[in-house]
Amino acid sequence: MKVLMFGWEFPPHISGGLGTACYGLVKGLVHHKQDIIFVVPKLWGDEEPLADFVNASDVTVDYREKKFREIWKNLTYLEVSSFLVPYLSPEEFKKYSDYALHDRTDVDESIFSNKFEFSGKYGKDLLQEVSRYALVAAQIAKSKDHDVIHAHDWLAYPAGIAAKQMSGKPLVAHIHATEFDRSGESVNKPVFDIEYAGLHAADHVVAVSHLTRNIVINKYGVHPDKVSVLHNAVLDASIIESKVKKKVPEKIVTFLGRITFQKGPEYFVEAAKKVLERDPNVRFVMAGSGDLLNAMIKRVAELRIGTKFHFTGFLKGQDVDDMYAMSDVYVMPSVSEPFGIAPLEAVRHNTPVIISKQSGVAEVLQNAIKIDFWDVDAMADAIFALLHYQSISKMFKELGSEELKNLKWEHVAAKLVTVYEKITEE
Amino acid sequence: MRTICFYFQVHQPLRIKPYRFFDIGDDHYYWDDYSNKSIMRKVAQKCYLPMNALLLDLINHYNGAFKVSFSISGVCLDQFELYAPDVLESFQKLVATGHVELLSETDAHALCSLKSNDEFARMVKNHKEKIKKHFNGYEPKVFRNTELIYSDSIGAMVYELGYRGILTEGAKHILGWKSPNYVYQNAIKPELKVLLKNFQLSDDIAFRFSNKTWPAYPLTTDKFVNWINMIPKEEETLNLFMDYETFGEHQWADSGIFDFMKALPEAVFQGSDFGFSTPSEVLGRAKNIAPIHVPTPISWADEERDLTAWLGNDLQDEAFEKLYQLEHLVKQIEDEEIQRDWTYLQTSDHFYYMCTKFFSDGDIHAYFSPYDSPYDAFINYMNALSDFILRVEQHLKKQIL
Repeated sequence: MKVLMFGWEFPPHISGGLGTACYGLVKGLVHHKQDIIFVVPKLWGDEEPLADFVNASDVTVDYREKKFREIWKNLTYLEVSSFLVPYLSPEEFKKYSDYALHDRTDVDESIFSNKFEFSGKYGKDLLQEVSRYALVAAQIAKSKDHDVIHAHDWLAYPAGIAAKQMSGKPLVAHIHATEFDRSGESVNKPVFDIEYAGLHAADHVVAVSHLTRNIVINKYGVHPDKVSVLHNAVLDASIIESKVKKKVPEKIVTFLGRITFQKGPEYFVEAAKKVLERDPNVRFVMAGSGDLLNAMIKRVAELRIGTKFHFTGFLKGQDVDDMYAMSDVYVMPSVSEPFGIAPLEAVRHNTPVIISKQSGVAEVLQNAIKIDFWDVDAMADAIFALLHYQSISKMFKELGSEELKNLKWEHVAAKLVTVYEKITEE
Repeated sequence: MRTICFYFQVHQPLRIKPYRFFDIGDDHYYWDDYSNKSIMRKVAQKCYLPMNALLLDLINHYNGAFKVSFSISGVCLDQFELYAPDVLESFQKLVATGHVELLSETDAHALCSLKSNDEFARMVKNHKEKIKKHFNGYEPKVFRNTELIYSDSIGAMVYELGYRGILTEGAKHILGWKSPNYVYQNAIKPELKVLLKNFQLSDDIAFRFSNKTWPAYPLTTDKFVNWINMIPKEEETLNLFMDYETFGEHQWADSGIFDFMKALPEAVFQGSDFGFSTPSEVLGRAKNIAPIHVPTPISWADEERDLTAWLGNDLQDEAFEKLYQLEHLVKQIEDEEIQRDWTYLQTSDHFYYMCTKFFSDGDIHAYFSPYDSPYDAFINYMNALSDFILRVEQHLKKQIL
C-alpha cells in the first residue's frame, strides 16, 4: 500500500510527542512493507530515511488546476482567526492576539505565491501555515501516486482534506490529542472547527485510546463504527540501568511534565501534603515548567511543606533520565491525557508509577496503580503504599518490563494496515 | 445403586472497606458494612432464597430420595445473622428435613491449613460450634477445606481432629489415569476417606451451563443423564461439587439453571440407575479402592488446580507472611474484637483479590473482585493489616503493664 502521510514534525526536530509517535508508526509500517510518502512543512535533512520525505517548503503550487479554487474556498475560514496560537501560555497568547487584533489588517498574500517557506513550528503564523500546507498537500496529491491518505492531528487535517479532494483517495484522520484535552472545556473554536471538519471528512478515524475515541464520538459526533483505537507503543522497551544515585536519605516521589491544567499538578501538591503529615521521610519533586508553576510554588509555601517539596524547572535530555532513575515513585495525575508516554519511560527506569484513570496509557499498562486524578486521598494512599509495602515495587519491576516488550509499534502498524485495507476496499 | 453426591459451597467473605493509610492508628473498624450487606441481599434474592425453596420442594416431593449437602462458611453464617435471617431460616428448614448434610470447614474460609495446625484446629472448632448453634445441635461428620484445598498432610491433620471423610478436587495431575468416581483413602491415614470432585461434569453445570459458544449448549437434563450413563458401570459415585452461587448468581435465572435443577432428579430417576446421596452415606457404603497421593496441595481453582490463585506472587506472599507473623501474639490476647478481626482477616478471598494471573484466569478473578486491580486489593488489605498490627502491639503492651 502506498500511504500519503501528513504530519507536522518528525524526529529529530520535534517539540512534542506527536513527532515521536509519527516516527514509531512509520517505522512500524515500514516493517510491514508499506510505502510511505511523509510530508512535513519543513525538512531539516537529518531525518532517518524511512519514508519518501517531502518538504512542503520545496513544493511549487500550480494554481492552474481547477480544483484549487474549490479547495481554497474550503480553507478561507482558517484565515479569519489566523492570530490563534494554540500552544502558547495565556500570557504569551494575549501578547500575540493583541498584536494580531491591532496591528494586522489583512491576510498575508505570500501564501498564494508559488512557493512558501514554512517555519514548521507552532508560532504565531500557525494558522496561515496550516492553510498553505493544505494547498501544498493538494499539489502533492496530484503529482504523487498513492492509495490512502493519513493525516496526524488538526494541523494536518486541512492538508488531508485537500489531498482527498484532489485525488479522491480515502482519508484516515489520526487523533493524538483533541482540543478538549489541551484546553479543558474552554476550547478554541477555530481549532475545534478544523478538528470537526477533519474527523467528519475522514473515511476512518484512528484514536490513541478509548478515552480519546469517546471524546471523538461524544464531542465531535463521529459515528462509533468509524473510530478505531490504536494505542501508542514504545520505540525502545529495554530497561535503563542508571548509575545515578540520589543524594538524600529520603524516598523521592516525582511529578515530571508540563505544569499546566491538563497535567493536574495541583492534585500532586495536595497529595504530597497528606503523605507528609503521616510520613516526613519523603521528598516530593515537581519537574517541569508551565503556566501553573507559580501557583504551585505558592500553594506549597501555603501548606508549609517547602522543605520537603522541590521544583527543578524545565528538564531535558540526561536530566530527565536521571530524575526518573532517582525517583522511588513517579506520579502522572493528568486531568486529561489522550495517551501519555512518560509513565512508560518511568517503567523503563524500574520506577513504580501511579497514573490517573483519565489517561490513555492506563488502558494498556497493567502494572501501575490507577487513580482518579481528583482523588487526592487515593493518590496519597498509593504513594504511601509504594513507599512502605515492598512487594508492589518488586512486582512492578518484574512484570512492568515484560509488559513494555508487548507494546511494539509493529503491532500498532499491523492493525493500521488492516484499517487501510478495509477503507481502500470500500 | 450408583449415586450422585451434590455438595454446594455457600460462602461470602467479609469485604474490607476502602481503608486509607491515614486511617491507620485511628479507625479500627475495617469492614465494608454497606457492600457486605447489599451483596448479601442481592445474592439472597437471586440465589439463596429461590434455590433453597426449590431444593426443599424437591426433597419433599421425592420423600428424601433426592438429597444434597452444603458447607456454609462461618463468615457467611455471621452475615446471614446480620443481613439475611430469612436465608438462615430457609437453610434451617432444609437441614430439618434430615436429607441435607452439613459439612465442617474453617470458620473464616481461611488458608490456615497451609500455615498452622493450631490455628486450623481453632477455626474448625469455632465453625463446628456455629453450626451447632444455628442448626439445632447438628454435628458435621465430614470435612471440606477452603476451596477444596487438600494434601496428604492436610488430610492427616483433619483425621486428627476426628473426621473420617474429606472432599477435594479430582485434579487431573493427581489422578492420572484414575477415575474420580470412586472413594479413595488418605495416603498417611487410611481411615480417612477421600471424595473427589468430577470436575468435568461439575463444571458443565457450574461454568459452562450458559456459555453459548460451548458445543454442548444448551445443556438439557436428557443430555446430562446421557453423559452420566456413559460412566462405566463399576464406577459408583459421581461427585458434583460447586459453588452454591452457581444457581441464579453465576448462571442467571434466565439461563434456565433453575428449571434444569428442577427437572434433573426426575430425569436421573427415569433415565439412569443413579440415585442421590450425601457424603456421609457415600462414605458409609464405600468399598475403599486405593490410596490417593497428594504430596503438594491441590484446590479446585483455575486451570492449574493449585494454590496460585491465593498465594505465590509477591503481594500475596507479603500479606500472608505479615498476617501469620501475628499468630502467636494474637493467641495471647483475650479481646473479642481482636479475635474477630484476626479471624476475618484470614479469609482466603482477600488473597484471591491480589492474584495477578490476569492474562490467563484474570477474567474470572476480576468478576469476583471488588477492586479494580490486584494492586488496589493489596494496598487496602495492607493498610487495614497495618492498623491491626498496631492494635495487637498496643494490647500486648497494656497486658504487660
